[in-house]
Amino acid sequence: VSYVLTCPNCGPREVTDFGFGGEVNPRPRSAPSQRELNTYNYFRKNVAGVQREWWFHRSGCGAWFLAERDTRTNDVLKTELP
Amino acid sequence: VSRLPRRDGERIDREREVFFTFDGKRVVGLEGDTIGSALFASGRRTFSRSFKYHRPRGLMCCAGQCPNCLVQVDGAPGVRACTEPVREGMKVVHMNASPSLDFDVMRATDKVGTAFTPPGFYYKTFIRPRRLWPLYEKVLRHAAGLGKLRKSQREREWRTEYRRRHTDVLVVGGGTAGLSAAIAAAELGADVVLCDEGAEPGGRLLAEGGHGHARELAARAREAGVEMLSNAPALGAFDGLVPVWQGDTLHQVRARRVVYATGTIEQPLLFAGNDLPGVMLSGGALRLAALYAVRPGTRAVVAAVCDRGLEAAIALRAAGVEIAAVADMRAGGSSQAFKTLERASIGVMRGTRVVAAHGRMQIERVTLDSDRFGELQVACDLLVVSGGSAPATSLLSQAGARTAYDEERGVFALADLPEDVLAAGEVAGAGALEDAELSGRVAGAEAAHALGMGDDRSRDRAEHGLERLAQLARRPAEVAVPPPAPPKGDGKCFACLCEDVTVKDIHLSVAEGYDSIELSKRYTTTTMGPCQGRMCQLPAVRQMAEETGQTLAQVGTTTSRPPWHSVPMGALAGRPFEPAKRSAIHGRHREQGATVMWAGDWRRAYDYGDPRGEALAVHEAAGLIDVSTLGKLIVRGPDAGELLDRLYPNRFSNLKPGRIRYGVIASDAGRIVDDGTICRLDDDTFYVTTTSSGAGAVYEWFSWWLADWRLDVHLTDVTQGLGAVNLAGPRAREIMGKLTELDCSSEAFTYLDGKQAEVAGVPSLILRIGFVGEVGYEIHFPAAHGEHLWDALLEAGQEHGLRPFGLEPQRLLRLQKMHILVGQDTDSESTPFGAAMPWIVKLDKEDDFIGKWALERFAEEPPETALVGFTLTNGRARTGRRKRDHLRQRPSPTCASRNQALLRPGRRGAAVVSLAELDPHREALAS
Repeated sequence: VSYVLTCPNCGPREVTDFGFGGEVNPRPRSAPSQRELNTYNYFRKNVAGVQREWWFHRSGCGAWFLAERDTRTNDVLKTELP
Repeated sequence: VSRLPRRDGERIDREREVFFTFDGKRVVGLEGDTIGSALFASGRRTFSRSFKYHRPRGLMCCAGQCPNCLVQVDGAPGVRACTEPVREGMKVVHMNASPSLDFDVMRATDKVGTAFTPPGFYYKTFIRPRRLWPLYEKVLRHAAGLGKLRKSQREREWRTEYRRRHTDVLVVGGGTAGLSAAIAAAELGADVVLCDEGAEPGGRLLAEGGHGHARELAARAREAGVEMLSNAPALGAFDGLVPVWQGDTLHQVRARRVVYATGTIEQPLLFAGNDLPGVMLSGGALRLAALYAVRPGTRAVVAAVCDRGLEAAIALRAAGVEIAAVADMRAGGSSQAFKTLERASIGVMRGTRVVAAHGRMQIERVTLDSDRFGELQVACDLLVVSGGSAPATSLLSQAGARTAYDEERGVFALADLPEDVLAAGEVAGAGALEDAELSGRVAGAEAAHALGMGDDRSRDRAEHGLERLAQLARRPAEVAVPPPAPPKGDGKCFACLCEDVTVKDIHLSVAEGYDSIELSKRYTTTTMGPCQGRMCQLPAVRQMAEETGQTLAQVGTTTSRPPWHSVPMGALAGRPFEPAKRSAIHGRHREQGATVMWAGDWRRAYDYGDPRGEALAVHEAAGLIDVSTLGKLIVRGPDAGELLDRLYPNRFSNLKPGRIRYGVIASDAGRIVDDGTICRLDDDTFYVTTTSSGAGAVYEWFSWWLADWRLDVHLTDVTQGLGAVNLAGPRAREIMGKLTELDCSSEAFTYLDGKQAEVAGVPSLILRIGFVGEVGYEIHFPAAHGEHLWDALLEAGQEHGLRPFGLEPQRLLRLQKMHILVGQDTDSESTPFGAAMPWIVKLDKEDDFIGKWALERFAEEPPETALVGFTLTNGRARTGRRKRDHLRQRPSPTCASRNQALLRPGRRGAAVVSLAELDPHREALAS
């Protein structure tokens, strides 16, 4: 699997430049129930389609940013700083 | 050395001789020669022995397409002699023949007959008795395989590089169509890379009379700004990425549009003895004559199924080759080529095919079978074959194109292209020169248009070009499709030259039930050799269709996979790259006799030869350890305290400047991520240390949450910039006192104080922490001063018994103190409670922090497992009934003659024997 991500700071770079932070998984705002907590900690949607996810420009500027990527085709539709 | 008279377009420089050796004998070639052309010019006809039967093989394609000329060059096996340029002093050795290329005892496998060597023979014949397989295997391994690798690793190493190239358009193939496509795209403003496997772009033009035109096109392409890569085959088509191998460099080309102008591959013909040296593809014979001025033979028979062979006959006669006969498989036809031959008074035998080639080490005569004349024999030393042109669709298939069987031409042709992939020239069916040029121009323009370049005029032109191409494509193809089964004849008829698979072998494999092309491929290994199906795919499919009664469309082709071109593994691996981090003091450790070990990316001192003694010194006098590997972060800003409060289960916002607190980072699942000490330098600034292996991960973790919360904090990773040493032991205070003006008395500099001062003249941050459980000073300083500070400390401590200590004594010391090592004593499921540190979790903190909710739940019930200290007596762990509770760390005898370890007992409580007994109340530490 190989594709290009566009770092909001640095521009397009090989995906191997980046660290993957997984799909966006918002932290509960207030004390969650046990079920909510486990869902937050251990469950992911893992969609076959467009996914919002975190990336870290590890070999570059060191910024965390958000990307929208189609997990079926690896087309990156959009990247932006949070 | 005999060469043809000087001719236009030749690649050799007749003034400059190049000397090299072949099998130890001196050979003279000319600058511009390939190994193959130089050897051929010197009279050599056999270049290698075949894979299985050790049959002599000679030049056939002269274009790096077939496996017949593999040699070993300066120790590297599998080099194609026909394309590898000669270099002064290179040592070329034959492959796969013993004792010599001309007399090979293993030829016996060929003579004995094929009864013993059908496909899969090694599984059938050598399977019983089972216990002898290791012996069989040894013998077979010796007999099989090509070339020999050098024994020592050092001799096999070579430096290779990756290069990443992003571009608008990549053109694969530098023939007429490829060059035209590159020019068209570049002239519309696209950034274009063109890669070609040949030594210079031009493709077939170079050897077929169009060299002037080829060079003109190449010059225009360069002028238009095209980056031209020569000797650079494309290896495959991956998700938007095409790896292009060029010598020591692997270009990873990522293009927004790719134009494949890969041309066609001239096919061999099937007849008995079709592998004899002297049987040459028409393209190969032409290249020898045109590029290297070498006459491919004196008396030739030409066997063709299309005009390509006829045209070669004319060109070869012009090069001084006597044309003994031209056998054309077509019964009719009236193309221009026939007329040209007629004018040149070369007779063409229509409806004639080759039945067999005869000869011992090289071809001596051929048997032809003609519709009109019946069977006849012709003496010759060259048989030029042209079995048609198969589109080189492999890369296109990898890129997602579909192929379908073209009944008329008898080949698999392109049927469907994905949106971002274009094809031009012969591979797309535009064979004639004008067609190929037009097709290239159209494809190049389309690629640029797809990227938003060009204007209405260029679009119109491309539109017209497409229409014209469609008209041209309607011309009938004048090609005879060779019959699947070869005509009867004595001797072996090879479907696959790489792996020595005969037509009979494929017949057998079908009879044994391997009746799909993919199964037969795996069983017989047809198409799996160095040629990657270039020479054998089509014949194998034809025969499979015949044997199974299917159409070729039904049989289909095998899946094409990368690499399309043979490539050394080293070129794919890139530069061997194993990053090692060394502290600024590393050189001293080596001088002082340290055993160096890997610790994550770091190279660290394991010990200085005496771990027990080193640990003892820390207890009794003082020890010095290099802890530069610790992760170090500066967290600065008005919200710095709040950030740390949110990230750690304990509080930091209330830490006073100049004070230190230990912290454990937990995840939201309540599991330990990392630990370290934090010193508040001033109101807005904290100095955070992490574990050695966790430095990168903690920085990412902090910055991730910071990106989400957007607090007013700035993080700086100073891990590499600062060095650190830990001075510990009862005499540490005296030693410190000698090197700093700082008042080191226990009243003025108490446990968990952090002070900034000069140590041996080096501006330092001194942290009084209990790293190894004794009175200790962790000194952080600009890394460049490492050796100076290390030397100064050791010198000052010499009279006090100070010794450097390594990682292993440090582990022993920490173990005695129950100071956990995150990642060694903990795993991904450890919680602060399980690691015996309930005190670190401040659940009364009002504000939220990472891990709070999970830790609240963990706090309610006793942990399933816990780290506890215990003592071994008589070498047996008194761990209660459950003897198999896993030890997290092997107990090691220490200086204090205690056997201790951190143990993880089960829920029902293994007997916890004792906690660390040295300084249980931390009096020594804090003194």
